[in-house]
Amino acid sequence: MINKTAIYVLWLREMKRFLRAKSRVIGTLAMPLFFLAFLGLGFGNMNIPGMGKVDYIHFLVPGIVGMGMLFTSMFSGISVLWDREFGFLKEIMVAPVNRVSIVIGRIAGGATTSVLQGILILGISVLMGFKITNISALLFSIVFMLLISCTFIGLGLIFASKMRDIQGFQLIMQFIVFPLFFLSGALFPLENLPVWLRHISSIDPLTYGVDGLRGVLIGISYFSIGFDFLVLAGFSILMVFLGAYFFEKSESV
Amino acid sequence: MVAIKVENLVKKFNGFVAIDYISFEVKKGELFGLLGPNGAGKTTTINILSTLLKQTSGYAEVAGYDISKDKNNVRKSIGIVFQEPALDNKLTGKENLEFHAMMYGMGKEERRRRIKEVLELVELRDKGDVLVENYSGGMKRRLEIARGLIHRPKVLFLDEPTLGLDAQTRRHIWEYIKKLNKEEGVTIILTTHYMEEADFLCDRIAIIDHGKIIAMDTPERLKDKLGGDIITFEVEKDSDKFMNEINKLDFVKSVKKHNSKLTIMVEQGEKRIPELIDMAQKNGVKVKSVSLHKPSLEDVFLHFTGKTIREQEAGQKERVRKSMRRFGR
Ligand SMILES: Nc1ncnc2c1ncn2[C@@H]1O[C@H](COP(=O)(O)OP(=O)(O)OP(=O)(O)O)[C@@H](O)[C@H]1O
Ligand SMILES: [Mg+2]
Repeated sequence: MINKTAIYVLWLREMKRFLRAKSRVIGTLAMPLFFLAFLGLGFGNMNIPGMGKVDYIHFLVPGIVGMGMLFTSMFSGISVLWDREFGFLKEIMVAPVNRVSIVIGRIAGGATTSVLQGILILGISVLMGFKITNISALLFSIVFMLLISCTFIGLGLIFASKMRDIQGFQLIMQFIVFPLFFLSGALFPLENLPVWLRHISSIDPLTYGVDGLRGVLIGISYFSIGFDFLVLAGFSILMVFLGAYFFEKSESV
Repeated sequence: MVAIKVENLVKKFNGFVAIDYISFEVKKGELFGLLGPNGAGKTTTINILSTLLKQTSGYAEVAGYDISKDKNNVRKSIGIVFQEPALDNKLTGKENLEFHAMMYGMGKEERRRRIKEVLELVELRDKGDVLVENYSGGMKRRLEIARGLIHRPKVLFLDEPTLGLDAQTRRHIWEYIKKLNKEEGVTIILTTHYMEEADFLCDRIAIIDHGKIIAMDTPERLKDKLGGDIITFEVEKDSDKFMNEINKLDFVKSVKKHNSKLTIMVEQGEKRIPELIDMAQKNGVKVKSVSLHKPSLEDVFLHFTGKTIREQEAGQKERVRKSMRRFGR
């Protein structure tokens, strides 16, 4: 049923494309880093209620890592549309490989490149003064990055399967991705949101991703880390499943 | 032995009938052509046979496997070159081939050997490590043909393999196709709207128009059916009476009027021209020009559809424009 060679070669293709698209990597890294630099410097000395005793940059870094994961993963899921546009999707779909393996290969590739970019953001943050206390914190943060990534690649796949062309891509960025980002508590503590908004935040998968990252990286979280993990794992399974389902049903020509 | 069997295949897109009950068979080792104007349904047919699209109704078999029930075996047995490019531009030529070979489950050693072989076949040996985005149109097409062959398919689909290529590259590709078919015995089904291409390459042709097969035979027999020679008169003024007159002559097989041209099918045309011109004068019809030629596939197309393929295409473009407007694009 699962075709390992196919998964591997689909993953390999993503890696090659990633390594060759220097400008794309810089492009997707730029926004999180700008946020980090300007917000971090701008609000650095402010005392924002609900943050506990950490300074703003330490509060912000996990949120920005989450943001990076959100953007790269959504993009990776939606990039199926580019394959359709450039015809390569037909080459993939006409091969004797079951659809499940194709989706797994796609997600494996997308998740790897996203997590690499997340680690890169984390590394740059360290250069900017962010302190990581121990190695296990880093490992656990990678687990959360992976889960965030799978969730949003899945979501991206759903959109890609429902859209005919890349026209709607900007709309999705404006009306889905940015709200998901701002509602997640990446930039400010959830406590500061009005209750009704907090309810909306609680159905945003990224909320648990950012909260979990904060928990493992700086030891501060709104929910417990275990709870974040479970909810996010649930979301990622659901989204991967739905993404695969819609992808399978969509036509490649 | 039958390589492809199609029975009453229908495809509708939201009520629009793109394929309208077509049936045909392709024998093993045959080079079969689907000839038709834009929008005739050629690509749709290929997409269905290659399992990319689901038919609305009807049955088809490729290499002995039911296209609805046995998709994986169909996919294993076929190679395909799509009408539009389907390469990854960010990979090199070799990487594109390697991707394909791995998707088809080929072992490492076999992959290496086959990739070398097919690159040689299409004369891209020294371009294997160049990124595809730096290939010319003709090189991309050749790479795609090479890719379609790596896994030694039993049936090869070529959807407009030479569309938009210059005459020299086209000739080249024709030679590969012939060679593949004759030397390697691959069954090939190709679509085209170039008459010369169909004529030169195909053992048998189905002429398809508005989703229907309107004629199917060898190119020779299709032309023979029209019989003898074709005399074309370009006439001024009203020629209906003259047309009726010549239709009565027993050496005339048929007369068709098309704009200001009369197409007359006769035996031994060169001997009949003087006689026909005399008649025209008697009927007061002024003949502006005369030509005589053996029937081409173009004439076959005109005969069966009442239009030349170019006019069909013009009409099609108009239709597309209209429908685009309707959908507000
Ligand atoms: N996905 C689709 N949705 C709606 N209509 C479609 C779709 N695909 C094809 N059609 C319509 O079906 C008809 C047949 O199209 P098809 O692409 O099979 O023609 P074709 O013979 O390959 O033409 P061409 O020579 O231009 O490639 C056309 O009228 C086309 O507009
Ligand atoms: Mg076509």
